[in-house]
Amino acid sequence: MIRSELVDKIAAENPHLYQRDVELIVATIFDEIIDAMANGDRVELRGFGSFSVKKREARIGRNPRTGESVQVEEKYVPFFKTGKLLRDRLNGG
Amino acid sequence: MADQTLTRLDLAESVFREVGLSRNESADLVEGVLQHISDALVRGESVKISSFGTFNLRDKTARVGRNPKTGEEVPITPRRVLSFRPSHVMKDKVSSGNKR
Repeated sequence: MIRSELVDKIAAENPHLYQRDVELIVATIFDEIIDAMANGDRVELRGFGSFSVKKREARIGRNPRTGESVQVEEKYVPFFKTGKLLRDRLNGG
Repeated sequence: MADQTLTRLDLAESVFREVGLSRNESADLVEGVLQHISDALVRGESVKISSFGTFNLRDKTARVGRNPKTGEEVPITPRRVLSFRPSHVMKDKVSSGNKR
């Protein structure tokens, strides 16, 4: 399923809403999750999963092509952990 | 504002502010979005949300695990696990937003 198909499904269930409103609703939800993480916050959606930010420490990396050592700065990366209910449903629970 | 936890309620509040539906309806729409994503995954489909990320399913085969406390061997049954791959947009925003 892709984003536009998700929008179509929500629109089909909500015939009183304009398609562009459904697009705005879907965009708002995903943007809000990204903004929260950009702010260092967690997003916990019980039963579905949680989005959080993990810190990757600075390290000495290597250019795989040349073997040259390079300093890799510390960085923050998005992380998703599947919620228990969804994990169970994926396994026939 | 860092180190807070947002929930469904916060997402519903954003939809309420942004779109001007009732709080109740906003909450139902947030739930609907999560439900459709979950249902697609349960059907075995991957879910690709452009400029957000992709939810992929991976089938794990059976293997022998070990209880780390007792050292006892336990069989781990084959399972389906979900992995999330963030989009570049998400990675860039999270990376630059948390930089100090």
